[in-house]
Amino acid sequence: MIDLLEGFVLELRKAGIAVSMSENVDCASALAHFEVDNREFFKYALGSCLVKNQAHWQAFETVFEIYFSRTGRKIDKDESIDWDEALADLARAGLQDGASGDLTQAGGAGEPISDEEFAALLFRALQNGETQLANALGRLAVLRYAGMEPGRPVGGVYYLYRTLRNLNLDAVLEELISQESTRRDRRLSPLQERLVRDDYKSRIDSLKREIEAEIRRRLVADRGPEALARSIKKPLPEEIDFMHANRDELLQLRRSIQPLSRKLAVRLARRRRHLRRGSLDFRSTIRHSMSYGGVPVDPKFKKPRAHKPEIVILADISGSVASFARFTLQLVHALSSQFSKIRSFVFVDGVDEVTRLLENADDIGEAVHRVNTEADVVWVDGHSDYGHVFESFYERWGKEFTNKTSIIILGDARNNYHASNSWVLRELEKKVKHIFWLNPEPRAYWDSGDSIVGAYGTYCEGVFECRNLKQLDAFVDNLA
Amino acid sequence: MWEEANNCGQVNKETNRWDQTVKEKTITETRHRFQSPDQVVKDLGRVSYLADNSIGSAVYLADRLSKPVLVEGPAGTGKTQLAKSVAEVLGARLIRLQCYEGLDESKAIYEWNYKKQLLRIQAQNVAGDQELSTPDSQGGTKSTWNELEDDIFSEEFLLTRPLLEAISAQDPVVLLIDEVDRVEIETEALLLEVLSDYQVSIPELGTVTANQVPLVFLTSNNTRELSEALKRRCLFLYIDYPELEREKEIVRVRVPGISDRLCDEIGRVVRTLRTMELKKHPSVSETLDWARSLVLAGIQSVDETTAQGSLNLLLKYKSDIDKAQKELSLVDKS
Repeated sequence: MIDLLEGFVLELRKAGIAVSMSENVDCASALAHFEVDNREFFKYALGSCLVKNQAHWQAFETVFEIYFSRTGRKIDKDESIDWDEALADLARAGLQDGASGDLTQAGGAGEPISDEEFAALLFRALQNGETQLANALGRLAVLRYAGMEPGRPVGGVYYLYRTLRNLNLDAVLEELISQESTRRDRRLSPLQERLVRDDYKSRIDSLKREIEAEIRRRLVADRGPEALARSIKKPLPEEIDFMHANRDELLQLRRSIQPLSRKLAVRLARRRRHLRRGSLDFRSTIRHSMSYGGVPVDPKFKKPRAHKPEIVILADISGSVASFARFTLQLVHALSSQFSKIRSFVFVDGVDEVTRLLENADDIGEAVHRVNTEADVVWVDGHSDYGHVFESFYERWGKEFTNKTSIIILGDARNNYHASNSWVLRELEKKVKHIFWLNPEPRAYWDSGDSIVGAYGTYCEGVFECRNLKQLDAFVDNLA
Repeated sequence: MWEEANNCGQVNKETNRWDQTVKEKTITETRHRFQSPDQVVKDLGRVSYLADNSIGSAVYLADRLSKPVLVEGPAGTGKTQLAKSVAEVLGARLIRLQCYEGLDESKAIYEWNYKKQLLRIQAQNVAGDQELSTPDSQGGTKSTWNELEDDIFSEEFLLTRPLLEAISAQDPVVLLIDEVDRVEIETEALLLEVLSDYQVSIPELGTVTANQVPLVFLTSNNTRELSEALKRRCLFLYIDYPELEREKEIVRVRVPGISDRLCDEIGRVVRTLRTMELKKHPSVSETLDWARSLVLAGIQSVDETTAQGSLNLLLKYKSDIDKAQKELSLVDKS
């Protein structure tokens, strides 16, 4: 058991969760108090000892499922046995849920049922909310459709895709909803429809999770936990790469940006309040010394004037770096109370100011959408042209910047081989307080191909690699 | 339990509360409060706190390993209530330390009652003056000074604050350190000694060690990252918004006289609201408020007009309400 735990902890560390020695010891001593047969309690016990950050829970869970999978060792590679087992499973689930006789017949006979029958069964299970039956069917579906072959070097995602494509759950969802309204014999009101939809959606989601877990179990049986952990590991939310995030990950990022900005705001406000005392307030000190007969017993100090930087953000929103710009704009605007003034500009090959759009919006997501649709940023062909952008930026707004302004430029500096016009930055550098450049590309790619970040970088106070929330967080923290 | 901090070689004459605990300490090993995680869940259920398995195993483990539990989660999901309910189950006294910015030692652990100390000194002076006036008082001042010093730094002049209170309590206690994320990161260090060793060091007196290990809960709303040192000493428990079934159960238990149908609809509406991107999602306590007010109004089922009229009980931002109305298609009715 200790060995297993050791491997488990090692795997967690590899996934990026920091597990200290003492936590490891805690965990080992916790095991003494737990019956291993109750898997659920066991999991939470391990979790409470090892994972101290909710954002890491998902990663923990994945590793846990791999290491302590339910039937991991038992699954035989012989398909026919699996079939029987799964069908027996199905029959059991069917019986327990009191489903009608034809189902048990299908199970008992042990002969494969056709695709249509299978789909109908699944449909009914979902409709009636028979979770157990649906899960059994889900496991069966993996057998039927995933076409898993032992030793084949493909990730779980491939099998998952194949299974889900065959089940076509999106269509099932629509069908379920339309049936619901005929079943109730009248049209659903919009509110009801929404509720019903969410009902079915949650059922289908749990089915999907079951399918995913089943695939994982089979893969573990095939390849062993160590190999698998490496191949299906997901990055922690704060380490998801902006440029390569898929849809789920983007959603996850969006969700974590709000707590992040709140945390940052609290931290900054606190720091500002605890600034060291200002210079001696001579007048006030003398005034207070009167009550001690002119002896300045209690020196008074001026309140430090909170210096809040004025921020100008110049963001590239062309396709390649759009999601990065979006997150940065969102974060900075969520922190607007921490800056005296924020102005936002976006560009592709033309440049436009979008401060208004972002300020007046309640919902930042919507605002960003409006930025993408309404801002006038395309000048010729819609390919990034930093040179032209900087030039027109300087001509139109350059006069408004003072020595209190900090300019932050977001972009990958991939200029499509246009002129760089880096003299603009040289001029700006003389005028403003700071120029920072945030580049969402890995440092290794800089100045390769059409990237000319080096040419601009010489006039910036700092060029930072900013590929994930962690790095963005660190930068904004330093800025304010 | 004492360790003499000042090596003045004086023997403390007073036999007080804590001296006695020295002897008892070895006898009273902490008895286990819970037998299994299952039992935790059941016991909490008895006092109408519906715990799930993660809560069960964290509390059970906290008891067995004598470690504090750090409870995190969105506001209004019953973090504080968990500590209260555990105290109720155990029949223990709940000692609560509400954290805030600027909390310090004298508010959290202990403080010398200096007014009383001053009084004591003044009383001594008066007595001393009288003694001086009598002829046979040679060298008396020296010894009275030592006595006095012993005297004013004794337990009598110590004001116990929540942490010391919890450590030195004789009866079973549950210590709740609420919203620990509100104190500054430096102040967190105050808690560390108490949380890991269950002891408090008082320079003038020595170290006070607990004679029974209290169950400790820390809650945090996660407005800032807590220090590693603190996290390492705690078990971590995240209480999220409950699943649909559990939330319905909570509503049923907490709101008497609610019909199953209404309960079901409330649960589903709230779940739908939580899937939206809002500034602040409705919490369990807001769900309960909503359920109560619907019951009071004698409403049997949630339809468009009811939802329209009472969304403001669930959502606390204007923009959230607008958005929810749009998403639930309530707007066109008004």
